[in-house]
Amino acid sequence: MMLQRKFAPLRMALVAIAAIGFASAANAAGGEAIHYDRHDWTYGGVKGQFDPIQLRRGFQVYQEVCAACHGLERVRFRNLVEPGGPQFDEEAVKTLATEWPNQIVDGPNDEGEMFERPAKLSDILKGPYKNAKEARAAQGGAYPPDLSLMTRARNVHTDAPWYIHVPLMMRDIITGYQEGGSDYVYSLLIGYEDEPADFELSEGMNYNKYFAGHQIAMAQPIPEEGAVEYQENAGAKMSMKQNAEDVTAFLAWAADPSLNSRKQLGWSVLIYLLITTLLLYFAKKRIWKRIKH
Amino acid sequence: MSSHESSYEPKSATAKWWDERLPLPRLMNDQFIDFPTPRNLNYLWTFGGILTFCLVAQVVTGIVLAMHYNSTAVDAFNSVDRIRRDVNFGWLIQPIHAVGGSMFFLAVYLHMFRGIYYGSYRAPREILWILGVFIFLAMMATAFMGYALPWGQMSFWAVTVITNLFSSLDQLIPGLGTSIVQWLWGGYSVSGTTLNRFFSLHYLLPFVTFGLVILHIWALHVCGQNNPSGVEIKTKSDSVPMYPYAIAKDAFALFAFLIIFAWFVLFLPDYLGHADNFIAADPLVTPPHIVPEWYFLPFYAILRAIPDKLGGVIAMFASIAILAFIPWLDRSPVRSTKYRPIYKWFFWLLVFTCLALGYLGAKPAEGTYVFWARVFTFYYFAHFLIVMPILGSMETPKSLPGSITESVLGKGGSKSLSSGLGGAPAGATAAPEDR
Repeated sequence: MMLQRKFAPLRMALVAIAAIGFASAANAAGGEAIHYDRHDWTYGGVKGQFDPIQLRRGFQVYQEVCAACHGLERVRFRNLVEPGGPQFDEEAVKTLATEWPNQIVDGPNDEGEMFERPAKLSDILKGPYKNAKEARAAQGGAYPPDLSLMTRARNVHTDAPWYIHVPLMMRDIITGYQEGGSDYVYSLLIGYEDEPADFELSEGMNYNKYFAGHQIAMAQPIPEEGAVEYQENAGAKMSMKQNAEDVTAFLAWAADPSLNSRKQLGWSVLIYLLITTLLLYFAKKRIWKRIKH
Repeated sequence: MSSHESSYEPKSATAKWWDERLPLPRLMNDQFIDFPTPRNLNYLWTFGGILTFCLVAQVVTGIVLAMHYNSTAVDAFNSVDRIRRDVNFGWLIQPIHAVGGSMFFLAVYLHMFRGIYYGSYRAPREILWILGVFIFLAMMATAFMGYALPWGQMSFWAVTVITNLFSSLDQLIPGLGTSIVQWLWGGYSVSGTTLNRFFSLHYLLPFVTFGLVILHIWALHVCGQNNPSGVEIKTKSDSVPMYPYAIAKDAFALFAFLIIFAWFVLFLPDYLGHADNFIAADPLVTPPHIVPEWYFLPFYAILRAIPDKLGGVIAMFASIAILAFIPWLDRSPVRSTKYRPIYKWFFWLLVFTCLALGYLGAKPAEGTYVFWARVFTFYYFAHFLIVMPILGSMETPKSLPGSITESVLGKGGSKSLSSGLGGAPAGATAAPEDR
């Protein structure tokens, strides 16, 4: 009786928390199940932070490979200098902006004409195309999307049986797993292979085992041996997986540049809340001690 | 406002001056300090305070977001991204508001299940309960329109799917549905016009909710709180003053709740949302799976379980409307499920049904998912329409404690056991040290 009174609310609370898990697990829906491995990201989980060295390598991969087709137009050059990001040297980024191949359209000038000018620190990392139509025309109909939010705009799906959903979700909530988008992008970059014999690949398409439907217009961006050679002191050697991992990390930062400060604040907030909750608990205990309950 | 006697004595001349003109201090004292609360309330009774916090948090963060948000189809998506990137602390405020919506619903569902479990909707609390159903409806409308505002793919297509539901009214009166849909859209398709009016209504409805909440609290303070035993307050010893007892408990529970809230805001801001909403709305590209936010999934499952479009719409709205009638559908002689050995099982079956519908609402409407959605939809309605009335009149409840005090201290422990039944809650103004 006593036990029941104590545990009914607790049981209800657990059910409700499970409900969130239930539901959001189920957000993933349908289609053929593709398994995506979970990668070990420096910024993963509740404690992870971006590694500026890795982000610099990742930026290099973006610049030398992705930027040929994809813009990064929600990111500004000044962001590359800011804490929590690649933290490049400001002068270097100024030069980078000036030399960025895709200039900024500005104006109108005093003659009423629009003009192109080199980028400044406050400008966006412009992509090579004026608009989606031009991009499609240049890319044979396929549109290379802007990558600024890519790792947040993709996710991996769990196709576990229904009774596993709740434990899986609880695990993800407790470990703070939010790197589904990174896992997806990384998998996609290393997922190119020859199509199976019985697979009919359309003209101009490429086979990728991690892409829904397996036909992707983007050609393999990073070859088996890697695409980008890093500098001596960059802390890593060129390989497909290394290039892919680094650029994914960079894109994760581009999509969520406040991740470092958010998680740092997270721990301060949690410690504050835990202490206050504890104090309030003891206060409550003491107050209720005055009466039998 | 309430049936317990006022214990407020203005102590200074100023206080007396105010008391004769606008007795606000008296109101606060009588309703939120000296208010008698049952001494046996468990932590499920702390969600009222938590929900009030959620509403205030949503309003405060929402007002700040509205200062930076741009409700045009061209710039809405960009402006939300800009809030996260460029507005001072925007990266914190935006997820508090987005996650806050989910937390609001988490708390309201617990609050509602608590009401159902302990029979908090039973006389004399029918109005209190029905006001709650209206608050829930207002919350749903606000959340739905709020979800449209980031103008991502899921926003756009959720609006398209849900507003299109009204077109099923064409089955009743040809042209009626189409007219309503066009009226909602402000045009012939979901567009920036739709977004703009949703923004206006999203700003308005929380204040409507606020008004309803005041009525809800008023009704609560007229009837007094229900409690786990379902027996009304009869004597002084059945209750404790709200301050410090209930306040201390509420404060602790609120902070415990905030830990979960903060966990999602700071470590998992995207977890409860959908990745597709980080893609700007595109009327030409339909996402492979259009799913609502998690808190709407059970209702979405009911909508799709019915093979007929109009039928589905009716079932979905009925699944909420039916809640307003449960004060009269429940025929049990006792309030609290604690004393209902058979109904207890059905209650947990209802909880499982809602979770299952939530799961199925996120799955594609095909194969066995549809079958199970129908089974659980049937049970959802059967619970209220069949189990509540029939089981209520058949079941023999366990014997109730004579009073709240007795339920806490056992028979010997309560000295002042009154044998009268029901009635308005008696005043409980004794100082704590008297006990």
